[in-house]
Amino acid sequence: MGETVAAVVLLAALAVLAAGAAAFDASLAAGRVAIGDPLREAARLLVTQRRRTLLPDAPLRRIGVSGLPLVAVLAAAVLPMGEHAVADLPVGVVWFNGMEVGVWGALWLIGWSVNSVYPLVGGYRFLAQGLAYELPHMFALISAALGAGSLRVADVVAAQRGLWFAVWMPVAFAVYLISALAMAFWGPMNQAVGPDVAGGVPAELSGPDRLVFQAGRYTLLTVASAAAVPLFLGGGAGPALPPWSWTLVKTVAVLALLVWAGHRLPTIRMDRFMAATWLVLIPAVLLQILVVGIVVL
Amino acid sequence: MTAQVVAFWTLAAVAVASGVAVFVTGSMARATFALLASLLAAGLTFLLIDLQYLSFLIIVMMVMEMLIMAVYMVMYMMNPAGLMPMTMVHNRRGAVLIASAVFVLLAVGVLLTPWPARRGAPPPDPTRQLGLSVMGPRMLVMIVIGVAILATMVAAIVLATDRGRYDRSGDEHDRWGRAT
Amino acid sequence: MSLRAFLLLAAALFSTGVYGVLSQRSIVMVMMGLELMLNGLIVAGGAFWYHVAPVNADGQVLVLVAVTVMALEMAMGFAVTTALFRARDLDETDGAGDLKG
Repeated sequence: MGETVAAVVLLAALAVLAAGAAAFDASLAAGRVAIGDPLREAARLLVTQRRRTLLPDAPLRRIGVSGLPLVAVLAAAVLPMGEHAVADLPVGVVWFNGMEVGVWGALWLIGWSVNSVYPLVGGYRFLAQGLAYELPHMFALISAALGAGSLRVADVVAAQRGLWFAVWMPVAFAVYLISALAMAFWGPMNQAVGPDVAGGVPAELSGPDRLVFQAGRYTLLTVASAAAVPLFLGGGAGPALPPWSWTLVKTVAVLALLVWAGHRLPTIRMDRFMAATWLVLIPAVLLQILVVGIVVL
Repeated sequence: MTAQVVAFWTLAAVAVASGVAVFVTGSMARATFALLASLLAAGLTFLLIDLQYLSFLIIVMMVMEMLIMAVYMVMYMMNPAGLMPMTMVHNRRGAVLIASAVFVLLAVGVLLTPWPARRGAPPPDPTRQLGLSVMGPRMLVMIVIGVAILATMVAAIVLATDRGRYDRSGDEHDRWGRAT
Repeated sequence: MSLRAFLLLAAALFSTGVYGVLSQRSIVMVMMGLELMLNGLIVAGGAFWYHVAPVNADGQVLVLVAVTVMALEMAMGFAVTTALFRARDLDETDGAGDLKG
């Protein structure tokens, strides 16, 4: 019973935050307050007719399109909202990692299944980008888990009672934020859906499919931001307010930062991003893990 | 207990059925994702025997592995989307016979062998047991794996690349691919 | 679940893999078969840990090794395929008989 309620609360919170992110994004893009734009766009997509390409692989497209929001929501299941998560798994950090690599599958499947060039190019681009961001991302998660001595997200939160991990693991936190942008193919890492390939992966999606894809992308960005809170920003800890409201405040802050950064930073080609991650971020985050290991010992 | 039995046999059926589907479907994308489904279903059975960490580890590794595999499958198949009917097998009957014989042999062995009774009980936290083991008595295994990974990375790149270190991005380009 | 049930699943996955390895002509499809065979090995390793010797972690370590071997096998397989394809434009096992005795 309690879990059902928690799951409903989680879904509602993700929906509201993702819609908020979309509204903020639209406002930044338009240069004015455009809170209604995403809702209008959603309504328009709901009544738009599906466009069909020649010989699409319909089952794979369905798996890909519905998979994107699904993995985002499943990844969020281990994140505590206030005190408790929907599923407080003993290896929650690994679960989070396992679900978010599902994005690779979703994007490549969409790119492949519509049988069109630009989406396929976008899908391949995301795989290349995935190879770049995944290792630093994993090491960033590991440094938080190492600092807590546990893979349970609740233990990671508990370990930050004295000092937030973001403060004494700044490198891991920075790497996590960069990989969060890459994971949600957002801002500087948006080559998979870049304008130079006519919108990339979702180029041939129309109607409700496109709506689900866009909703999935904003949900993914929301979940990536929400995960930074228990892993690096002390979870629900904070003065005066109850834990759930601190979790919410911090999530909104990280989410706003990521959305804003997406509008301020230029796109990086994924081969250059690859060089940067493997030559700079991986050594940096490995050194961070060494430091964390010494401190923990 | 019954819920576990149902879950196990459902996952087992999915694992074997999608394993068979890999060699039935003509589309390489479908074959790769069928294999992924088989690997994930097999990995999820580990949740029934307390191996949460390994189960999720299998999910992480296999999703990434199969997606990279998909790239090569599409690259090296004549008919990656399976849109033209063609056969890519040889000696199908012999293969079916040998595979069936292998299965019958293994199954008979599985059912007839008097398996030893369980010694001891699973620890409360198998992940901790695994971690302590690979950082303690079984550390040599991890060291060997580490060297094998490094050797594979070097060997695979040497085999696959057609360029040396001085022409990474072709003539007239620096090492970052910028025109000079 | 009993040890026998897990081992039957492992045997079925392994034999499916054997079929693939023997029947497929394309090198990449042969590798799919190998992955399935290793998948069976992983299932068996986990089952033996839980049902026979859960006191030490050997079964779990075996699974860890098998998962790594799958990744390494794939990396080397594709490297060899790429080298073959570059040199001779071939992607089938029947064309690569250099080491035949």
